[in-house]
Amino acid sequence: MNDFLAARSQMALSLGFHIVFSCIGMVMPFFMAVAHYYWLKTGNDVYKNVTKAWSKGVAIFFATGAVSGTVLSFELGLLWPNFMKHAGPIFGMPFSLEGTAFFIEAIALGFFLYGWGRFNKWFHWFTGVIVGVSGLVSGILVVAANAWMNSPAGFDYINGEYVNIDPIKAMFNDAWFSQALHMCLAAFAATGFAVAGVHALMIVRKSHVQFHTKAFRIAAIFAAVAAILQPLSGDISAKDVAKRQPAKLAAMEAHFHTGKKVPLIIGGIPDESTQTVKYAMELPGLLSFMIAEDFNAEVKGLDSIPKEDHPPVAITHYAFQVMVGMGMIMMLAGVLYLIGLWRKKRWLESNWLLRFFVICTPLGFIAVEAGWTVTEVGRQPWIIHGIMRTADAVTPMPGINYSFYLFTAVYMSLAVIVTFMLYRQIKMVGKLYDITPASHLTTH
Amino acid sequence: MLYVIICFLWASIWLYLLLGGADFGAGILELFTSKGNRDKTRDTMYQAIGPVWEANHMWLIIAIVILFVGFPVIYSTMSVYLHIPLTVMLLGIIARGTAFAFRHYDAVVDDMQVLYNRIFTWSSLITPLFLGIIAGSTVSSTINPDANNFLDAYVFSWLSFFSVAVGLFTVAICAFLAAIYLIGETNNDTDKKRFISKARIANIAAVIFGGMVFTAAWKEGIPLVDWIFGNAVGIAAITAASLSLVLLWYLLLKGKTKVLRILAGFQVTMILITTTFKHFPNIVILKGGGHLSLMEHHGHDKTLQALGMALLLGSLFILPALFYLIYSFQKKTAAGTDHHH
Ligand code: HDD
Ligand code: HEM
Ligand code: HEM
Repeated sequence: MNDFLAARSQMALSLGFHIVFSCIGMVMPFFMAVAHYYWLKTGNDVYKNVTKAWSKGVAIFFATGAVSGTVLSFELGLLWPNFMKHAGPIFGMPFSLEGTAFFIEAIALGFFLYGWGRFNKWFHWFTGVIVGVSGLVSGILVVAANAWMNSPAGFDYINGEYVNIDPIKAMFNDAWFSQALHMCLAAFAATGFAVAGVHALMIVRKSHVQFHTKAFRIAAIFAAVAAILQPLSGDISAKDVAKRQPAKLAAMEAHFHTGKKVPLIIGGIPDESTQTVKYAMELPGLLSFMIAEDFNAEVKGLDSIPKEDHPPVAITHYAFQVMVGMGMIMMLAGVLYLIGLWRKKRWLESNWLLRFFVICTPLGFIAVEAGWTVTEVGRQPWIIHGIMRTADAVTPMPGINYSFYLFTAVYMSLAVIVTFMLYRQIKMVGKLYDITPASHLTTH
Repeated sequence: MLYVIICFLWASIWLYLLLGGADFGAGILELFTSKGNRDKTRDTMYQAIGPVWEANHMWLIIAIVILFVGFPVIYSTMSVYLHIPLTVMLLGIIARGTAFAFRHYDAVVDDMQVLYNRIFTWSSLITPLFLGIIAGSTVSSTINPDANNFLDAYVFSWLSFFSVAVGLFTVAICAFLAAIYLIGETNNDTDKKRFISKARIANIAAVIFGGMVFTAAWKEGIPLVDWIFGNAVGIAAITAASLSLVLLWYLLLKGKTKVLRILAGFQVTMILITTTFKHFPNIVILKGGGHLSLMEHHGHDKTLQALGMALLLGSLFILPALFYLIYSFQKKTAAGTDHHH
């Protein structure tokens, strides 16, 4: 593996790892806050147990998210020093604000995790909410930094120099809103389905049904709402991408030839050498309609873009299909659940709906990974769209492949351990939370 | 604004050394604790640092963000030439952070704990060792941008007697800080005695490794003596540190915990001042006499303006909250309320 490929792979691996933990870190505090709120309001200990069981899981995820994030802030320099040398001062604004958000999150988490029975109960509850809000804010800020790489703003690029720098403008670049909105919804959908799926499985297995039903309901409502909004926000993103990164849009859709009345392609195997897509399903005029709200509008294809600026078409296209596919399934699950909630109460107890949620457990995270692949691979060969190529940004140090192998091994082991611990956590629910009276639980 | 930012950079390094250092030190002490007492050390430590644990390590991130936003050339140069020690340090951070969480939040207590503990204690040693090595190599004129082979560019940029000595010194300082801190966190006399003797050993180790740093500096032609003794601030700080050391040993006999903490913190502060004052603003000294200076290699005005505002605004939120966090848990632990397992 050459150094450049190794650097890209290591970056992708680290980000792909971090995003799982950060999604959970952003969203779980809200779930906990809801359960916690019900407990404080109703005094029903099951809610307290749900809150505590979740908070143990969150502590594990939070620590893993924090260290993998720390690694990332070094890796940006370790792998892409030339990029950071120029980009750091321009897109650094969100990072410096994010520092504050993380800090507040860490402090609030200290209060929340260690504060059981030590503070006024509503103050304690409130610190949990702060954890969630500051996590969400930091997520939005980092995504704003990434959005800048997609739609650079806040500087002029003249003769290879970066001048007239304005970090505030850079932060509020064209892409930040659509990306941040989509990312926040994705975090809720992915975490929501993952959590709901695990609890659904336990209900299907008739294990501690009361506990798991309460937990399931909280997660499922968040998940359902987010999953229904997600395609709407995805539509905003796609229109946005069409405007600022036509090459990425063309790669997503495997759309080779500029033309009018462009069909939407579903599935298919793109072949870059012959510029065709085999075995695809075509919906006539739909892509034109989605981008411009006109079935006859022109959409730029890859042929309008110089060959050396093409992103890898196949990966981007497949990843996009995967994301949208998962999104559709999750939306269906969400709609069914909400119908159940409002109209058909008996659906909620039925095994088929629970089983459907069990199947949906990993889908959100698969969609998140796929979506980021679309965004990042679709931006290639640029690290800063239209300004700096990824190949020019990579570190001069040779031997990055060893570093990549090492990090792969570390992340793999961590993934295994975290999964193993989560499994134990769930198996222990009966012992720790359901049967024992509340007095036993004052410690954790 | 540049000065505000430099102050924040210095302060975050300082706080990371003090708070993060004590945190690493607790793991180092655990490594050098006899098996029988390990559980107790661990419990004391967990009670003491648990709530602030996450926050302690934020200072490193703040320092890094300041560097890459405000001083991108310095950040990217260090990232290129110190790639290897930085990577080792990162692996240490990953291992330590996750092992800490795992061992306290694993639902089942079994053999896995042994693994978590081993990872935790060893990474508590390795991480500050490499932090010290990195700090040492920034000032030892070993980073060589003109090097044309792998070893000179990427290995001997940090692998020197001096840097390793600084690394060991850092480890000893961390253990020292932790021992002093933990003396005040126990309620019974035997544990207190244990931490007192540990503080002594760590202090002696720090003096020995400090001597090693001077020897290495002398052998490798690093004007450390001049940095420290060639100016009034250096002399004043080092004198203050030495005098307070005497006081500290005296108080150790008496076990006065509050004053001890302040003194230990004071000494470390003085050491950081002496070592950074003389070559300010050149934070990286390259081979052949080149410098990377905070006053020259900074970002554009607007960037600094924005960064400075973000930092000031941030501290408005963070500092009160952080103090309240430390204060509330100090109070509660002192009152000896509930106990974690
Ligand atoms: C639960 C996860 C999830 C789901 C169900 C969807 N997405 Fe998505 N998508 C993401 C999670 C995601 C993401 C991982 O969060 C990305 C990566 C970058 C970003 O801002 O969000 C993303 C990026 C992303 C982009 C690229 C944005 C850019 O490069 O700036 C587009 C065009 C879409 N999505 C469109 C859609 C559409 C039309 C969906 C219809 C169902 C959809 N997404 C469902
Ligand atoms: C956490 C979610 C993210 C994921 C899963 C992700 C994924 C990826 C992937 C797959 C690549 C490799 C692309 C390729 O080389 O073909 C990549 C590259 C990169 N990403 Fe992201 N990304 C994420 C967010 C971000 C953010 C928030 C930033 C910066 C603020 C960022 C900065 C970079 C950089 C600097 C590269 C390397 C250069 C490049 O390949 O263009 N990423 N990322
Ligand atoms: C879209 C991508 C990203 C999102 C949504 C995101 C979000 C988050 C969140 C919510 C946390 C809190 C930890 C947790 O709750 O588990 C976190 C931690 C962290 N992230 Fe990310 N992050 C992303 C990418 C990045 C990148 C590219 C970097 C670095 C350049 C980064 C740096 C950090 C750091 C340093 C931490 C640790 C902070 C702490 O100790 O709490 N993140 N991230």
